[in-house]
Amino acid sequence: MSKKIIELVNVTKRFNGVTAVNNINLYIRENEFVTLLGPSGCGKTTTLRMIGGFEDPDEGDIFFDGVRINDVPPYKRNINTVFQRYALFTHMNVYENIAFGLRIKKVPKDEIDRRIKRMLKLVDLEGFENRHVDSLSGGQQQRVAIARALVNEPKVLLLDEPLGALDLKLRKEMQIELMDMQKNVGITFIYVTHDQEEALTMSDTVVVMNNGVIQQVGTPVDIYNEPVNRFVADFIGESNIIEGVMIEDFVVEFSGRKFKCLDKGFSHNEPVDIVIRPEDIDITEPEKGLIQGVVTSVVFKGVHYEMLVEGGGFEYMIQSTDMAPVGANVGLTFNPEDIHVMKRGS
Amino acid sequence: MKNRARILAYPYIVWMIIFIVVPLLLVLFYSVTEGNINDPSSLSFSLKSYTRVFDIMYLNVIWKSFKLAIISTLFCLILGYPVALIISTVKARYKNIVLMFFLVPIWMNFLLRTYAWMSILSPNGFINRLLTFLGLPPLQIMPGQTAVILGMIYNFLPFMVLPIYTVLSKIDKSVLEAAMDLGANKIVTFIKVILPLTVPGIISGITMVFMPAVSTFVISQLLGGGKELLIGNLIEQQFTVQRDWHFGSALSIILMIMILISMAIMSKVEKDDGNGGAPIW
Amino acid sequence: MVKFLKRFYLTLIFIFLYAPILVLIVFSFNESKSRGYWGGFTLKWYVELFRDRDILKALYYTFLVALLSSIISTVIGTFSAIGIHNMGLFTKKMALNINYLPVLNPDIVTGIALMTLFVSLNMRLGFMTMLISHTVFNIPYVILSVLPKLKQMDKNMTEAALDLGATPSYALRKVIIPQIMPGVITGALIAFTLSIDDFVISFFTTGSGVTNLSILVYSMAKRGVKPSINALTTLMLLTVVILLLLINKRTTKGDELIP
Repeated sequence: MSKKIIELVNVTKRFNGVTAVNNINLYIRENEFVTLLGPSGCGKTTTLRMIGGFEDPDEGDIFFDGVRINDVPPYKRNINTVFQRYALFTHMNVYENIAFGLRIKKVPKDEIDRRIKRMLKLVDLEGFENRHVDSLSGGQQQRVAIARALVNEPKVLLLDEPLGALDLKLRKEMQIELMDMQKNVGITFIYVTHDQEEALTMSDTVVVMNNGVIQQVGTPVDIYNEPVNRFVADFIGESNIIEGVMIEDFVVEFSGRKFKCLDKGFSHNEPVDIVIRPEDIDITEPEKGLIQGVVTSVVFKGVHYEMLVEGGGFEYMIQSTDMAPVGANVGLTFNPEDIHVMKRGS
Repeated sequence: MKNRARILAYPYIVWMIIFIVVPLLLVLFYSVTEGNINDPSSLSFSLKSYTRVFDIMYLNVIWKSFKLAIISTLFCLILGYPVALIISTVKARYKNIVLMFFLVPIWMNFLLRTYAWMSILSPNGFINRLLTFLGLPPLQIMPGQTAVILGMIYNFLPFMVLPIYTVLSKIDKSVLEAAMDLGANKIVTFIKVILPLTVPGIISGITMVFMPAVSTFVISQLLGGGKELLIGNLIEQQFTVQRDWHFGSALSIILMIMILISMAIMSKVEKDDGNGGAPIW
Repeated sequence: MVKFLKRFYLTLIFIFLYAPILVLIVFSFNESKSRGYWGGFTLKWYVELFRDRDILKALYYTFLVALLSSIISTVIGTFSAIGIHNMGLFTKKMALNINYLPVLNPDIVTGIALMTLFVSLNMRLGFMTMLISHTVFNIPYVILSVLPKLKQMDKNMTEAALDLGATPSYALRKVIIPQIMPGVITGALIAFTLSIDDFVISFFTTGSGVTNLSILVYSMAKRGVKPSINALTTLMLLTVVILLLLINKRTTKGDELIP
């Protein structure tokens, strides 16, 4: 079990009376790819900036390698940042941008040359030393920003939605590249994004945030399969979230009937939220289904059909390679392990 | 870190208080006192300076300053707007050269330019010599109001043209194309699209002309022969010849207030505000 | 047809702008002092120009004050702009409002206000007071030039510098100032130009024989003119045209280098 390299204890940050980060407790393990995930305004960027030293916590402490760093300015932290819009120095070329941090540390020139060469190779920009920053494409600028940060061999790299400005294909390529880079370089990456698919793809650990509060911390698989509340269930992937009642352990009632499920630990007849993923529901003949309903919409998505079926007092979303046309009467089936029960949320 | 950067401005804040705020406060102070300025103990509170302003003679001066300034500003606008338009339609290759030559007079010393007009307009000046040569009767332009107005227009015309031109050149061509696409001919496009879009430039131009025009004393002194007294001349006299600093201060405060009111009216008209900068090119 | 009208109108305006100056230039070569008669071609007024002590002294002070005040105001103005840029909303507004008073106020009010200050402090009016006054009205224009550049600058750039290990002063030197340099230079040029041309403020805040070009021309214009002023006008025009041509060449050539 690798050690905790960064720890936030009871950290709060307010701006103009608005609480952006509300008493969060979080630790980050060494050499992991950790993603802070959430919608705009959830506090993920503020948290990242506090780790980087660009904002001071109003309350609480931040520890780096066991040492309290609240009062340590950014230029003294062994952490580097890749900014959302790259923040490259437009008055310098690629070489000078990457060399910037090394020059401050008074690294000798040949060592600088060596490291930059190695970095450019890592980010696939060999030969770009003398290019002017403004002449580069978005993707290239992004890679220079990454090289500029990594060349300083920080223990932790912070990335603030770095792929946001790139087109879809490039973004997906860069996601893979970043994952590989993290494994190759062997340092901790803390990544911020609002794109849940990106988070699930790249991370070892995902921290889901909303309204300045951590909703859930876990591996991508856990977050996806076992969301702890409505927000996480709704934010990650597509979900059907139905209100129901937990009759007793392993039995839950919703859409007008009881179902066998795998969840327990709730009080008798406790109101709960139920999550069923669209891809776990199958379409069949009405008599064979657990729930009966009528198809109200069908959209072809290439990979599957996405259908809306009204039944049991709820509009279910189904993703399936099977199709039933609009207006058809159908039956819905799913397995007990596909039913996921959560505490009723607001 | 932001807090630390702030201290870079603190010395200047002190400077501003000493050299901008205090002087104005002093002027205000003198405007509401009377007595010998060299002997502070003789000063007493009095609004006499302000009430003097309401003498018909001085009100005439104020009125005349406004009148001349408004006339000059109007002429600058009427003459200058077309200039800005034309320059903006000049072919790109020549645009810089034309603009440059238009700016040359501004770069030449303001006094020299006014003096140049004296040579032309004076009773023995160029125009009259030319007229006499042609056998025509000489014109008594200078000294006089017309000469002052001409001098104002001459000096301030470029300051009306520049802001309008700047705004004009920033208009997205596709906006004009959209207008024509929707059926507007050149005249309609001008009235309904270009003109409204240039309003900020017009306001800038008016501000940059009216303000110096209403407060000038050089132009009225040199081209008006000392007979066309404007506020500026009045103030200048109080501080040089008359040595009535109290009255001069009161006049200055009134001038300031008049200008602030005009600018407030201007910015109400414009409503849309820039970021942290005064309306300059 | 429209094109002809356009050109005609523009030409008229140009004639209007240049006529007085051209008249002066022509008469700078006039043997006769009078502005009416042509007495023959001569360069003697140019010679006298360079011999005239008063004119040379005025030119000397004009340039000296302009140079000094533009340097001082550029330095103070740039750093103050950076400071103001980082101020909280309310203090920033207050500071800027006061800062722009010399810009908004008519020259004459600024001039007499400063004179009042100097007299109240029992300072002798002369070179120092003129220099201070020029600096007072120059700094706001520098700030006016630099602030927009600061606003335009990517906020993250300074943070990136700090992130990479730069102390605030290192970041200031190596990142912020290079980024805002165009604004700084423009500000310096504006300050210089305003200083050279200033009359009213200088008029009220100078003394002890310290004079500048504008004040000199003013006193001459009131008394009666020396023809060497015509020669000065010609030389000035020449200088300005050459300067502007040079600047024009620089900016059009530099377009490829500056993105």
